[in-house]
Amino acid sequence: MIEVRNVVKSFDGVEILHHVTTTFQAGITNLIIGQSGSGKTVLMKSLVGLHRPEEGEILFDGRDLLAMNRHQIKELRKEIGMLFQGSALFDSETVLGNVMFPLVMFSKMSKAEMRDRAMFCIERVNLKGAEGKYPSELSGGMQKRVAIARAIALNPKYLFCDEPNSGLDPRTSILIDELLSDITHEYGITTVINTHDMNSVLGIGESIAFINRGSCDWTGNMHQIYTSGNKALEEFVFATDLFRTVQKYALQHPDEAGIER
Amino acid sequence: MLLTESLSTLGKFALFIKRTIAIPEKWGVFFKRYVAEIMKLGVDSIPVVIVISIFIGAVCAIQMQLNTTSPLMPRYTVGLATREVILLEFSSSIMCLILAGKVGSNIASEIGTMRVTEQIDALEIMGVNSANYLVMPKMLAMVSFIPVLVIFSMSTGLLGGYLISVITGVIQPSTYVYGIQAMFVEWYVWYGLIKSLFFAFLIASIASFYGYHVSGGALEVGKASTKAVVTSSIMILLADVILTKVLLQ
Repeated sequence: MIEVRNVVKSFDGVEILHHVTTTFQAGITNLIIGQSGSGKTVLMKSLVGLHRPEEGEILFDGRDLLAMNRHQIKELRKEIGMLFQGSALFDSETVLGNVMFPLVMFSKMSKAEMRDRAMFCIERVNLKGAEGKYPSELSGGMQKRVAIARAIALNPKYLFCDEPNSGLDPRTSILIDELLSDITHEYGITTVINTHDMNSVLGIGESIAFINRGSCDWTGNMHQIYTSGNKALEEFVFATDLFRTVQKYALQHPDEAGIER
Repeated sequence: MLLTESLSTLGKFALFIKRTIAIPEKWGVFFKRYVAEIMKLGVDSIPVVIVISIFIGAVCAIQMQLNTTSPLMPRYTVGLATREVILLEFSSSIMCLILAGKVGSNIASEIGTMRVTEQIDALEIMGVNSANYLVMPKMLAMVSFIPVLVIFSMSTGLLGGYLISVITGVIQPSTYVYGIQAMFVEWYVWYGLIKSLFFAFLIASIASFYGYHVSGGALEVGKASTKAVVTSSIMILLADVILTKVLLQ
């Protein structure tokens, strides 16, 4: 579980995050949603230690990231996997090389064990046969899957995903969402996904934090989002005719949409 | 404004070097990367070093012949002066300026691209000291391989002068050979090699620094690459003045 308490982050005197407080539970997919410029990427980067907030606490199962020294942060990062928006695969390494990288750097496994573990992760993301290819030879969706395999190679306790669906077609997006959701439940990982994709919100949003103008404006789940009563959230999620229709249908058929009465 | 900016960049550079010079996470990985960098930055530079050195050696010999027409000067002066130019300045300083363009832009654009594509962030998230992992093998590869390039440059530069004397007859080849051996000061070779170690460090560290601190996109990577080449060239020239004063006087 990750607890975020009163986190404040500024850049050049401009406060981007205003006392953000929220919780990300273990074993479920936790989504951070919000408009562009709302501060959700800053929040995500603060969670993984790429930005250092001026105030607040970020507790990884009770361990405060902001109170840690460099060595402790380094140790914590071995428990973290991250999927970047652009996949961030190492161009000079093959798929197998990319997935083996964290194992080579931080595990004490033998070369054969590392290879077996990497192959297991590659197979887990349905990329068997692509282990010898370079990132430039793969499609966007395949690159994302390699990045997921690399992120889970060290059995992380926490998995962060920055806009995992950006640049993907809807069908591939759904596959990536399902993969992230399956991995989260299978290994009991605390998964935090930063997304704009409304299919993800309504499909895998087991816990949702809505960031609006640097504050956490609403928390709930994909069933509660239809009846949040939060104007800014409704304008953001149900911005298109399609999603307004989905909302209308859900409200007319609450049992199908899982809405609690 | 310019002064504060320069001081701030210098401070950032010092912190960057401090992060870079650390004990590698895994020696096996480090050694593998070090060898790969020697191949990429050093061995791949040998052809360009040879070609440029042969031509410059030849041009030097022609120029010396044209400018030493006084009957009071012995003919072997052509070989002697060509040797001094090559050993003292060309094979170390000028060659490193050329390498600052070739190797420096390569390093800055490679690391810069890794920065904008979040590969460096990925390393950091995994708990890897990205500066140490990426830059240290490049720096060590450059510093340890540059003497080889300088020796290649010195020998092929002198060979260029010999070839032009054989091909065009500007000077008797035997006189040229006598000239390049006359009044030989061994220290000049060491001087060139010592200078090149400093220059190699400047090329690798400055290019890595600018690449590592890129923010934005492809345009910024290009700008960083240009900045890296310009800054390292100026620093090489500045270091050349200081080292010449220290080592030769």
